[in-house]
Parts: sequence; C-alpha cells; structure tokens
Amino acid sequence: MIIGDGYLRADGRKGIRNVVAVVYLVECAHHVARRVVDRADDPDVHLLGFPGCYPNDYALRMMKALATHPNVGGAVLVSLGCEGFDREGLSASIVASGRPVETVVIQEAGGTRSGIDSALQAVRRVQAEMRVLEMRVPMHMSELSIGTICGGSDGTSGIAANPAVGRAFDRLIDAGATCIFEETGEMIGCEGAMGIRAANAQVAEAIRISIENAENYYRAMGYGSFSPGNAEGGLSTLEEKSAGAYVKSGSRPIDGVIRPTQQPDLPGLYLLDVVPAEPPRFGFPNISDNAEIVELMSCGAHLTLFTTGRGSVVGSAIAPVIKITGNPETYAKMRDDMDVDAGRIMLGEATLDDLGTELFDLVLAVARGGQTKSEALGHREFILGYKSIEAVGPACHPRGNR
Amino acid sequence: MHEPAAIVLSPADNVAVTRRNVRAGEVLTMEGDEAVACSDVPLGHKIARRFIPSGAEVVKYGMAIGSATANVQPGEWVHLHNLKSNYISTHTRDARARS
Repeated sequence: MIIGDGYLRADGRKGIRNVVAVVYLVECAHHVARRVVDRADDPDVHLLGFPGCYPNDYALRMMKALATHPNVGGAVLVSLGCEGFDREGLSASIVASGRPVETVVIQEAGGTRSGIDSALQAVRRVQAEMRVLEMRVPMHMSELSIGTICGGSDGTSGIAANPAVGRAFDRLIDAGATCIFEETGEMIGCEGAMGIRAANAQVAEAIRISIENAENYYRAMGYGSFSPGNAEGGLSTLEEKSAGAYVKSGSRPIDGVIRPTQQPDLPGLYLLDVVPAEPPRFGFPNISDNAEIVELMSCGAHLTLFTTGRGSVVGSAIAPVIKITGNPETYAKMRDDMDVDAGRIMLGEATLDDLGTELFDLVLAVARGGQTKSEALGHREFILGYKSIEAVGPACHPRGNR
Repeated sequence: MHEPAAIVLSPADNVAVTRRNVRAGEVLTMEGDEAVACSDVPLGHKIARRFIPSGAEVVKYGMAIGSATANVQPGEWVHLHNLKSNYISTHTRDARARS
C-alpha cells in the first residue's frame, strides 16, 4: 500500500517530514542553539540537544540515530568547544548517512553573537543543500514506523483511548507497517498476557526477562511509573495502570523486543525495552514522556500516537505527535490540543472500531504532511539524558521465526 | 441511547469502571449485579461489583490489579484507601506512599 510521497534519504529510508536539526552538544551551547532556531523562524528547523558535559555512549548513539532519523534532512551541530561530547563522531555518522551537516564551535567562532550568526548561516547553507538533494518518492506502508505512548493516564485511558490505539495498531500492522510500544516499566504485571502473544519462545523469554528487570529497577528507585495525577484520575496501582497501557499494543503477535536506537529489520509489532539491565546508575529510565518519545524516534518511529486522559499538551521535535484523549471532560476543556476525541467511546457515541479507523486514517493524513494539533501550536519538545543501556541486549531478539 | 453508568470490562472482574461522575445513592447495574453507590465516585474510577474480602485480589480487565486492604462492600468506591499494589506501592502527591 502506497501512503503518499516520502523524502528519500541517501541511506534508502524515507521520511514524512524534512527537518533541519540544530543540535547543542552541551547545556553551555543551548542558548546559542535556541537563538539560532528562533531566528531561523522556520517550522522545519528543530532544536535537539544533550545537556551533559561528560560523555555517554547512550547519548552519542541516540544523537546519531536522531540526527539521521528519516524525517531529518540535515543538521547543524552547536558545540561550546570544551565539552566531552564526541562531535566529530556524530558529524561523521551524519556525513556517512548522506546528509549535509555543519559544526559551529562557539569558542572558535568568537562567542555568543558570532556563534549565533555562524550557526544561522550554516542552517541556511544546509537548507540550500537539502533543496538540491530533495527527492520525493512513493512511500509504502512497509516503510512507515509508528510509536505509541501514554501520558497523564486516568481511568478512561485503558478503556477508551488505549484500546482505540490498539485497534489502529492492528490495522496498521495488517497493512504492513512497523509499530512500536513501550515501556517495560509500564508493563509490570502484564508479563503473562504479553508472553502468550510472543511470536516465538525466544521473544517470550525476552519479554519475561525485560519486565522482571524493569520491576527490579523501579523497586530499587523506590517508585513505580505512577504519578499523583494517575491516582486522581482513578488508577490505584501500578499494575492497573500497566493493564490499561498494555492494550495500546493491540492484539497482533509481538515480533521482538528492541532497545533504544535499535531499528527493526522487518515490519511488525515490537516492544521497546527502555530499562537498563543493571542497578540504577543515572536515575529513572525516562524522566518524562518526551524522553520516551525520543527513544521511540531513535528506533525509527516517524510519528507517535499519544494517549492522555488527564490532558498532556506536548508534541515533539522531528516526529509529529497525534494526541488522543478518552476523557470527555478533558476533550471539552482542551480541544485545541487534542487531535482525537475518544471520549465518545465513554459516552456510547462511537465504538472502538470507529476510533481505530479514524486513527488509521489520521496516521495516513499526517504521514502525507497533514499537521497535528501540537505541530500547529509549535510544540517541539525534546529531552535526552544520561543512561547506561546495551544497544542490543542478549535478551533482545528482533523478529525471529513466526 | 441508554448506557450504564459503570461498565464491567471483563466477565471475571469484581469492579466496574464509571463512565461519568456517579452520585452517592445511585442504583448501579453492573452486568447482572446491582448495587447502590456508597459515595460520590468520579469518572474513570472503580466501584465494587460484589463483596471483596480483605486480602482478596481486585480484578479489572480480567487481570489482578492488586489486593484489597479492607473488606469492600458492593457499591463501594475502590481506590487507594482499600486497594494496594502486589508489585510496587503507589506514590501520591501528599507523599504518603501506600503499601
């Protein structure tokens, strides 16, 4: 199934957006990079960055994956000059992907003003090169990857918005797409139900290990992935929230367990394991919803379906976010932020299948260039922190034999 | 269309989920079980469908979502005050972790 024209990249992948990534490589370069994006005043120039001064393999791997994401056409790296980030390594992998990239080092450029000017000129040059390289070609469903996440969950999430996404996932997978759900810390209690859906015994074992690991990790941290708002919205326990979150995955077999930056070779349904398989070193696996969206993007997700009962307003840099609420009160209060009103399920005005179809059609419309509410509102959130996690763990098996 | 105020998600469930704000004293029909709401219960929260003895599993989506910490009467609101996780305890804004 052809879904529309995508942006063909030199590495053969196709994007649904054509974004310039302006990347700060340490917090000290954040201001200069943000000014560059402000002054570019272009909805397709997005700000990404990593705040830490100390090097981190995960952050480097993530930034390489994000700067060469199919929706990214080129990049400008903004370095202070003395930070630990391997800017040459990042630049080299962007060059190797066939994308234009320039690096501006603030200390060499002569400070803030000249750093901003130099980086803005670099953005213009990268954009000019992207126009020369631009190739729009038909994009197939098998080349589209969709992530899903829930944030600000309440008692409606698990019975309206999440199962609606599950229906959409089933349809997308049947049409040949790649679908990714997460996160293992929010699936604690669902290990039994998930194991039954594993495509083979290896995947079943990988699921069991990843959930057990997530439980140990969160136990050591002292808190599960459960916020006060979840309780106010009617959720009482971690496993209740998990059961509601899990239904986003739909009903198709689970083809593999992947880790951040790991991109599945074949279409199908994948569980993203985001929890380190070691005692906590750098804190919570993901400190907020956008950290999870960024990890979904690092696995190639072109866009994300975000369900929210309480009403999250976030979008994302690089990859569009479609927001769905199952809470009729939230929809009434925040309709400017919500793309889909799954509260109609609660009111008996629509069925899960109606919403699954609506979502499926909306995914195609957004893949064809249609703006989401968060894009129109200018949401371009991005967050990346420290983590210590294997790129491909011994317990991670991308699709084996079905 | 007349829709029940609380829905049972799976036949094995001993709680139902409210689809709107429910008032104390409302008579609720939950898949054959009938009970009177003991208190106001907001949208998206849980109401006991039948008696749940202290220590028994609370079942929603056909899955155990924790254990009752007190005897729960039919029609009673089921939340942090009478339900605890079998995994990791719940943290609330007033910082009183329930365990």
